[in-house]
Amino acid sequence: MAGLDAIPGWGAIAVLQRNFSVWRKLMVPSMLGNFGDPLLYLLALGYGLGHFVGHMDGMPYITFIASGIVASSVMNTASFEGLYSAFTRMNAQHTYAAMLATPLQVSDILAGEILWCAVKGLISAIAIIIVASFFGAIQGPWVFLSIPVILLAGLSFGGLALVMTAMAKSYDFFMYYFTLAVTPMFLFCGVFYPLHSLPPFAQDIAQVLPLTHAVALLRPLLTGVLPQHVLYHLSVLVLYTVFAYTLAWRLLVRRLLR
Amino acid sequence: MLNPTCLELLHLEKQYGGRNVLCGVDFSVATGTCFALVGPNGAGKSTTIRAIQGLTPLNGGEIRINGETLAILGKAGRAAIGVVPQMDNLDPDFTVEENLWTYGRYFNLPKSLIRQRSNELLAFMALTGHAHQPIGALSGGMQRRLTIARALINAPRLLLLDEPTTGLDPQARHLIWQRLRELRRQGTTLLLTTHYMDEAERLADRVGIIDHGRILAEDTPRGLIETHIPGDVIELRRIDGDLPDPENLHRQWVEVSERVGDTLICYGHNLGPLRSQFMDHPDYRWLQRPASLEDVFLRLTGRHLREGDT
Repeated sequence: MAGLDAIPGWGAIAVLQRNFSVWRKLMVPSMLGNFGDPLLYLLALGYGLGHFVGHMDGMPYITFIASGIVASSVMNTASFEGLYSAFTRMNAQHTYAAMLATPLQVSDILAGEILWCAVKGLISAIAIIIVASFFGAIQGPWVFLSIPVILLAGLSFGGLALVMTAMAKSYDFFMYYFTLAVTPMFLFCGVFYPLHSLPPFAQDIAQVLPLTHAVALLRPLLTGVLPQHVLYHLSVLVLYTVFAYTLAWRLLVRRLLR
Repeated sequence: MLNPTCLELLHLEKQYGGRNVLCGVDFSVATGTCFALVGPNGAGKSTTIRAIQGLTPLNGGEIRINGETLAILGKAGRAAIGVVPQMDNLDPDFTVEENLWTYGRYFNLPKSLIRQRSNELLAFMALTGHAHQPIGALSGGMQRRLTIARALINAPRLLLLDEPTTGLDPQARHLIWQRLRELRRQGTTLLLTTHYMDEAERLADRVGIIDHGRILAEDTPRGLIETHIPGDVIELRRIDGDLPDPENLHRQWVEVSERVGDTLICYGHNLGPLRSQFMDHPDYRWLQRPASLEDVFLRLTGRHLREGDT
């Protein structure tokens, strides 16, 4: 019985629709951030730093970094949505309480939230891909194959964020997650430089982090090359998604159904 | 075929962290009637409402809706219930009508039906002119009416209302009471919690008084008063705040009396002699009134403060 309750139904789509409707109302400022931030990063790092770096892993630095920024932006966007926005809905607006007075179950709410994290991650990724294409930093025939990978990465980061949200007493709690998980992944998972430039033990640590696998799949796809070890990288992201969903579900049930 | 009993609670038990919140709550609500659950803060009212929604695992007992066990009904049970929560949780990112549309989708209702019912409900709750306004622009009373409209989007047979008029001004309360009576006339079964006794007296066919997780008494409002309060009430107070009637003269004329702070409260069928003893006394203030549900409530649950509870 408890196992079946963890499987979401159509209600997840209603929750996704709700969040999408809210986003549509604030689309202009939201999109401005989606386009503006990566533009600044590409200019500052791609041109500024790239001037000194030249080529990295056989490609211009701006090309190297554009795909990294796509992956890290999926992580940041999905995490932010699953932490601050989801916590606001649960704790400040009592949206989850209102939903639970309908046939929606905890599993529907959780799945809808994680799906929305993935969709928002995709929106930000597409914005960056568009901006970076103007610099010629994204190219090749496999760009469209990046969409399912971006969604899967968004699911895993969204799921992890909702685990934190399910445990959080206040917004301050999220600083731990950013300092101990999001920022280290941003810096050490191959966004700014190839993994092989790290010492071996650090490479081993990076191998267990989800952003490493998102970068490993997205960088080739966005630069016109088919990635290697596809099944391995996908499996890690799927495992993270399933593990995070299950844990977040247990924590949310304990929190909401008392 | 409608079941004559819409809702049955059979010996509900619930513990939170070693504390007994519900200790065998039993009552039932006949289809098409209004039942008021009244009790002080922390008595177990909201926990009972949450239990009926299936939002709190019980340590014992059973809930039946239209004769069927809630635990088995699951989602189908909640699809048949409307809930007006104690805390406003309208969606602040949406307008009035968008709130209804979004909520309707949670019930998986077809879009055309949602639009049609939204318009009907906005009219019913006198909100049609505010359909396009954001939630923040509404007064407390309007928000509460919208919350009730939202709870009716699925045309529920049973409507649960947790303190529906707390914090509202008299005009707003009267409008809501009228609408709730209208719903009851249309056949909706109502279960409301309140700590306003006038609300329970005005709306409910039957009242259950709950305290410390137990139903202390259950009857019609009139029946409760007649059973627990003999006759009329006189409240006696001294202008200087001293103890009224220190010689206890009143005892020879009244059936029951109690002292609460600076006030002596006397209950009895023939309060004439008591009144003539004190009515012309320059040091005394007195008030004679018919017994109310509030007297029953205070006599059964005591007069001490219930603070720090929810």
